[in-house]
Amino acid sequence: MNHAVKRLRYVLKRLLQALPIVLAIVVVNFFLLHMAEGDAVDVLAGEAGSATPEYMAELRTKFGLDKPLIVQLGIYLKNVFSFDLGYSFRHEMPVSELVLDRFIPTLLLMVSTIVLAVGVGILLGLLAATGLNTWRDTLISIFALVTYATPLFWVGLMMIVVFALNLGWFPTSGMENIAAFHTGWDRVVDIAHHLVLPTITLSLFYLALYTRLMRASMLEQAGMDYVTTARAKGLTERRIMFVHVLRNALLPVVTMAGVQVGALIGGSVIVESVFAWPGLGMLAFEALFARDLNLLLGIFLLSALLVVAVNLVVDIIYSLLDPRIEVA
Amino acid sequence: MADFWRLYRRNRSAVIGLAIIAAVILMAATAHLFFPDDPFKLAGKPMSPPGAEGFLLGSDSLGRDVAAGIAHGAKTSLLIGLLATMVAVGFGAVMGGLAGYYGGWIDDLLMRVTEMFQTIPSFVFAILLVAIMKPSIESIVIAIAVVSWPAVARLVRGEFMSLRNREFVQACHIVGMSDVRIMLGEILPNCLSPIIVTGSLMVATAILIESGLSFLGLGDPNIMSWGFLIGAGRTVLRTAWWVCTFPGVAILLTVLAINLVGEGLNDALNPRLRERR
Repeated sequence: MNHAVKRLRYVLKRLLQALPIVLAIVVVNFFLLHMAEGDAVDVLAGEAGSATPEYMAELRTKFGLDKPLIVQLGIYLKNVFSFDLGYSFRHEMPVSELVLDRFIPTLLLMVSTIVLAVGVGILLGLLAATGLNTWRDTLISIFALVTYATPLFWVGLMMIVVFALNLGWFPTSGMENIAAFHTGWDRVVDIAHHLVLPTITLSLFYLALYTRLMRASMLEQAGMDYVTTARAKGLTERRIMFVHVLRNALLPVVTMAGVQVGALIGGSVIVESVFAWPGLGMLAFEALFARDLNLLLGIFLLSALLVVAVNLVVDIIYSLLDPRIEVA
Repeated sequence: MADFWRLYRRNRSAVIGLAIIAAVILMAATAHLFFPDDPFKLAGKPMSPPGAEGFLLGSDSLGRDVAAGIAHGAKTSLLIGLLATMVAVGFGAVMGGLAGYYGGWIDDLLMRVTEMFQTIPSFVFAILLVAIMKPSIESIVIAIAVVSWPAVARLVRGEFMSLRNREFVQACHIVGMSDVRIMLGEILPNCLSPIIVTGSLMVATAILIESGLSFLGLGDPNIMSWGFLIGAGRTVLRTAWWVCTFPGVAILLTVLAINLVGEGLNDALNPRLRERR
């Protein structure tokens, strides 16, 4: 009972620690918005073609843009915490709606990428570590080294050339074949078919990372005392590797998967714009072209919050998985 | 120095990496000799395949020479990679050094700031910074430096913390040396090797970020770069695969080579680590 209370307290403490970071990110966001040349009124005036200075001043008063910076910051904070991220003049929609609309495809891409990258990365790292210094290890290490140095957008384009244009196995872009009006299972299969190339592209870099990490982690664990004990007990090498070492070697890989979410979002901007995947990254790319800063800042804010949330969840899961972690 | 080279040479792939980097530097330095014209200039028939029309690596949809673009782009990539890393290492070292040396509330404050920067998705942040500052060499360098300094700060802080209580530092305090002199003259030289290793690997990341930015259309519009070439070639991917392919190979080789050199430096500067393996 006492233990459960301790855990709860730990979760609460982590939540409280995350708050200042969230607040700081929102404030940074606000100042970035102010660093940009021109405000929302300039954009509106530009859209309208022309506007008199009096009308623009009136609009500024209406939006509170004539108030001191600190007051504006207060208003901005209030807006953000009621999930009002401003208005996208290009899409003629509130930013929050746009962003939520595009969130699901990105989530789909990210989850499938993490599953693929962590799964295959663990497998390859395991294969490399169990066949240390054999051709298998060398081959896997070279693969990891090369993928680690390859720009994501280039891999994506090469995938399109080979598997979509020349072999015709996968579609070149998009999330589903809209003209086909698939429903039910057909639609799921169609989306999965479109998902293959973007997922492989986005996961390659992280795959390399997890492979190297898993290999190093396995080798580190193999030198521990408990392995010697297990060997002295007369267990087979196979059992020691796959039951004892593997379990402990997995922990750092799991942590890393959480830490990498921020980088994954950056990667998805590139991959989504290569494959025209209709998620947040693609939206960011469109916003860049339309010079729609409000929208870009909204996406940035949401992705930063997502990272904070994922880190929090990973920390909490981690503390549940590994009782050695200090919770007091 | 000779001793360093002897240690470095033991890592064969690091020597290969060094050779590739030397070749890329040579290419950047001689770009204006082999391709004296502006790489943005139309040089001949558009979409010529490699080898045809006197184009070694083909031409793009506007008839620009891909080989010329790669040669001139090498300069951009190396320049931005080096500059951004230098700014990031400088700033990160100051932040980390102050936090590690003084500890207490300074450490707390600076580490919270570092933490916040590490939480922010770095590539998205870089995109945002360049978009707000308008694309140019300076804004790209600043954006890359802003997203890369926290790693250096953490590293330097750790080193400073472990060195600040050592006898030689205490001796400096006793003879009345100023804090600045102790930090710059005594502690910093003792943690140079991990900084050099991290810095060399950061050049590779910086080049990758730069290519991603210019691929998305956020490169300096007046300067040829590898990412720009690939971005410009993606619309003709179906008919002219070479426009995207060769600049990508250039990025891949350069980044791979820098990573190999970084590992080689690590082995040579921390020989004990290597023997332990």
